Amino acid sequence: MSLFKVFKNGILDENPTLKLVLGMCPTLAVTTSAINGVGMGISTTFVLVFSNLVISLLRNFIPSKVRIPAFIVVIASFVTIVQLLLKAFIPELDKALGIFIPLIVVNCIILARAESFASKNKVIPAVVDGISMGIGFTLALFIMGCVREILGNGSIFGINLFGADFSPALAFILPPGGFLAFGIIIGIINLITGNRSKANECVGCDRNCSKNLLKGVNN
Amino acid sequence: MINVIITSFLSAVLIENFVLVRFLGICPFLGVSKKIDTALGMGVAVIFVMAIASAVTWMLQEYILKFFHLEYLQTIGFILVIATLVQLVEMVLQKTSKSLYKALGVYLPLITTNCAILGACLINIQKGFDLINSLLYGIFAGVGFTLALVLFAGIRERLENAEVPEFLKGFPISLISASLVSLAFFGFQGLVK
Repeated sequence: MSLFKVFKNGILDENPTLKLVLGMCPTLAVTTSAINGVGMGISTTFVLVFSNLVISLLRNFIPSKVRIPAFIVVIASFVTIVQLLLKAFIPELDKALGIFIPLIVVNCIILARAESFASKNKVIPAVVDGISMGIGFTLALFIMGCVREILGNGSIFGINLFGADFSPALAFILPPGGFLAFGIIIGIINLITGNRSKANECVGCDRNCSKNLLKGVNN
Repeated sequence: MINVIITSFLSAVLIENFVLVRFLGICPFLGVSKKIDTALGMGVAVIFVMAIASAVTWMLQEYILKFFHLEYLQTIGFILVIATLVQLVEMVLQKTSKSLYKALGVYLPLITTNCAILGACLINIQKGFDLINSLLYGIFAGVGFTLALVLFAGIRERLENAEVPEFLKGFPISLISASLVSLAFFGFQGLVK
C-alpha cells in the first residue's frame, strides 16, 4: 500500500470514529466544546503516532504470546508523557478532559492500530498510519464538538455566535445530547456515502480491539 | 454505615450512571447489548472484575505508589494490574468453577480494554475514597453498568422489529435510543444532595 493510500485510509475510508466506530467513550464524553474535542484528538494522535512508531520498531522482538500486554505498556508510557505534558503546559485542558486523559490507554483505536497495522508494517508506514488515524479521529471529534457547542451553547471555540437573545438547547452539551448528536452525524454520513458504517454487526470493541485480539493471547 | 451504602448506591447506579451519564464503557454497551442474557452475563463479569480491581488498585496506590512517591506511574500500574487481574480471574474460574467460567468466560477478555474498569479505579483515587468505599463504589458502578446494559438490551430487542429509515438502521438508531435512555436517567439528578 502506498503511503498516500495509507494516509487517505485513516481520514476517509476507514475513519476510526465515523466509519469503524471505535473509541466511542472520548468521542461522546469530551466533545462538549470544539476546543475540548480538538485537544483530546491531538493528545490521542500524539500517543497513536509514538506507540505506532515504537511498536513497529519492536515488532520483531515482541513474542506474539505477550504482545497485547507489551503494547499496553508502550501505550501507557506515552499516555503518561501526555498526562505530564498537559498538566505542565495546558492545565485548563487537563482539567476539562480530566479522567479521559489516562483513559486514552484503553482507547480501542490505539490498540487496534498497534495490532492490525503497526505490528505488521515498517516504521514509516506505521507512523503515517498513526498520523492519518489521528487526524481522522481529531476531525470526528472536532465535528462533534462544533455541533454540540453551536447547538448547546450558541458559540464556537468560545466565541458567541448568535448574540445574547439566543437560547441554546442546553441538552446538547449534556450526555443525552452526545448520544443524539453522534447518532445523527453517523446517520448523515451513511446517507452521504451511501454505505452503512462497517461496524454494523458488532460494534466497536466487540470486533476490533479486545475480544479478537485477546483470543490470540489465550490460545 | 447503611447511610453510606445507600448514598453510594444511588449515586453510582442512578445519578452518575457509568454508561449513560459518565460515558464510560460505551463500547461494550453498544457491542454486547443485542440480547438480554448476553448483556446480563457481561454485566455480572464487569461487576466481579470491577469490585476486585477497585480494591486492588486502591491498595497499589496507597501502599506502593504513594509510599515510594511514584504517583506518576499510576496509569501504567493500574492498567497492568487490571490486565493481570482479568487473566487471573479467568484462570481461577476455569479451574474452580466450570459453570461460572462457562457463563462469564467469553466476556472476561473483553474487560481489559473496558474503560469503565480503569475509570472506576481512577475515580476512586480522585474522590479520595478509603478501601471500603472504593470496594462499594466498584460494585455499585458495576451494577449501574449492568442496569444500563440490560435496559438497553431490552430496547434493542424491540428495535429489531421496528421500521427505521434506511440511513439510520443499525448503529445510528441505537445511539439515538441510548440518548433517550440517558435522558430518562437525568431524572434522577438531585436524588442525593
